[in-house]
Amino acid sequence: MTLTAVRKDPATQTMTTTAEFDATPDRVWQLWADPRQLERWWGPPTYPATVTSHDLRPGGRVDYYMTGPTGDQPKGYWDVVEAEPPRSIVFRDGFANDDGTPNTDLPGTESRIRIEEIGDGRTRMSIESRFPSVEAMEQLLAMGMEDGLSQAVSQIDAILAEDGDPTR
Amino acid sequence: MSTLAGIDQVFSALADATRRDIVRRAIDGTEGVAELAEHYPMSFAAVQKHVAVLERAGVITKERTGRRKVVRTNLDGLLIARRLLDTYEDLWRGRYGRMTDLITDRKETHA
Repeated sequence: MTLTAVRKDPATQTMTTTAEFDATPDRVWQLWADPRQLERWWGPPTYPATVTSHDLRPGGRVDYYMTGPTGDQPKGYWDVVEAEPPRSIVFRDGFANDDGTPNTDLPGTESRIRIEEIGDGRTRMSIESRFPSVEAMEQLLAMGMEDGLSQAVSQIDAILAEDGDPTR
Repeated sequence: MSTLAGIDQVFSALADATRRDIVRRAIDGTEGVAELAEHYPMSFAAVQKHVAVLERAGVITKERTGRRKVVRTNLDGLLIARRLLDTYEDLWRGRYGRMTDLITDRKETHA
């Protein structure tokens, strides 16, 4: 795999990544279409995913939970908007409550996946993910990143304070 | 934290005393580049360059108020957005890596 491009646009809270795989489009499609394969890459090693229902068709839904190091099991889901094997998927993903209903307190993201053959048995996949707002992005990503973020912010504060107030 | 890659750019932008001073002055967002330049014993072009470095790192933004463009410190907005996108990038880099392992795995098993 070669990650060929990463484009981040803070103004529209969008990130687009493009990667090339040494595999056919059908093989790459299976990463999404086979729930057993999906759960092997969706969650990081510290939060492996378990897919409990999987209907990758327009109007369909994918339900999963992740298992954290302390046994916590946050639930998530995708609402599938588009799915055209082996070429494209559009889905909105979000967090779910314990009973599986969408957690409307937390914002979701919309992702658009494109898979195309580029010859020599290779396949390009691009993923565009869009957050509804900076606040939404902050809320979503900062959950696992709170320490890193506040640490970075306090480091910035410390640097800004270094020169001190010359009038003091 | 290694997941906050873009933070390096922020810190290198803040590694210069003039630029730190610009960041402090721009917190109110009342001055344009020309007005900021008057505070420093250097050319307008030099100050403009410092502002550009800060802008690229997402530390400040230029905003239009009426007919003027003011420089405003932006630690809450774009800077955070940028850092969060970096975090998100790392998340997806991890996913791509696992996808590749999976594809390679299966190939070897079937070979």
